[in-house]
Amino acid sequence: MMTPKILRALGHWVTDRIWRLGFAARFLLMTLVYSGTALRRLQLTIRETYFTGVLSLVIILVSGLFVGMVLGLQGYETLQRYGSSEALGVLVALSLVRELGPVVAALLFASRAGSAITAEIGLMKATEQLSAMEMMAVNPIARVVAPRFWAGVISMPLLAALFSAMGVFGGYLVGVQLIGVDEGAFWSQMQAAVDFRQDIVNGVIKSCVFGLIVSWIAVFEGYDADPTAEGVSRATTRTVVTSSLAILAADFVLTAFMFRG
Amino acid sequence: MNRAAIDLWVGFFVALGLAALLFLALKVGNLSSTAVGETYALQARFDNIGGLKVRAPVKSAGVVVGRVGEIRFDAENYVALVSMQIDKRYQFPRDTFATINTSGLLGEQYVGFEVGGDTEMLKAGDQVKKTQSAVVLEKLISQFMFDKAAADEGK
Repeated sequence: MMTPKILRALGHWVTDRIWRLGFAARFLLMTLVYSGTALRRLQLTIRETYFTGVLSLVIILVSGLFVGMVLGLQGYETLQRYGSSEALGVLVALSLVRELGPVVAALLFASRAGSAITAEIGLMKATEQLSAMEMMAVNPIARVVAPRFWAGVISMPLLAALFSAMGVFGGYLVGVQLIGVDEGAFWSQMQAAVDFRQDIVNGVIKSCVFGLIVSWIAVFEGYDADPTAEGVSRATTRTVVTSSLAILAADFVLTAFMFRG
Repeated sequence: MNRAAIDLWVGFFVALGLAALLFLALKVGNLSSTAVGETYALQARFDNIGGLKVRAPVKSAGVVVGRVGEIRFDAENYVALVSMQIDKRYQFPRDTFATINTSGLLGEQYVGFEVGGDTEMLKAGDQVKKTQSAVVLEKLISQFMFDKAAADEGK
């Protein structure tokens, strides 16, 4: 009687997933409903923005610079084969603003800040701080979850913009200063090709969506973690894996909507 | 860390992020140059638009004076109907000649305005009467080859 066992396991797995999805959706709704406190007591949100945003600055800036520099090198290598190395600025700026900026910044953000949020909330749950708050008639979602959620949503677009700007600067450093592409052509072709509405605003929209996704997954996994050391570590891993996959999937959907024409 | 220091750092972070956005908008993007404020619409019918795309530039004497707004197929006359948004600062005579050109050998296509001598100007919603279609490279090559073949036969 092997088959029914497998079927049962499969059914259990599917039901479990759907149950978690439903709980996650309800949790997001609760976070949004109770986020009034996070916005009224702005100090809480600012404090969390320090932990998620300011402390992620170094990794975002340094990776942005290096990604831009690599784009400069690789792009030049390919473009000069077709005698159009002046288009290097266009290549660097468009790939950063449209794709790499929002996506790589969100991936870094998920592993740098998302995992920290999950671990913090999970540990609060494991040490029964959340239950203690409830006992003192303090809503843990309003007091703990919502400020972290909003801090992530606010930080993400700013970090992505910094990543893109830093990447363009890195491309400039390698392309113009190191290799010697003409500086005027580098900037003017870039400005002619990058459209504010079409490219930059769409990139910002992307990073806002990614910020929402990463923050949601991070606070949910923390809140839903098994209250044990092992459970918290598993939840942290799940945050990084799930949000990375969600970012890439959402990026495909958003790109299909934005840049089809 | 105390409150004031955190506020300072978060303020610094937000200012830095907004500065990056501003840099992207002004230095990387074209927000500063294409602040084409007021525009008016002109139409033109082309037999063949080749690879012309929406948002392609409209140039006169090489200077961008507008953008292609919409490209439709006119099912009554079987031609392409191109509407263009032209900068309000520039007026063109009624006998302006609209052509579809290619920038460079493999570059993007744009609409070029060759200005005529009429004293009356085109108004918003008017149609540019005289147009020249895009040059289709394959047609040109085949024409050349047929001509060559015919010339060879005649010898």
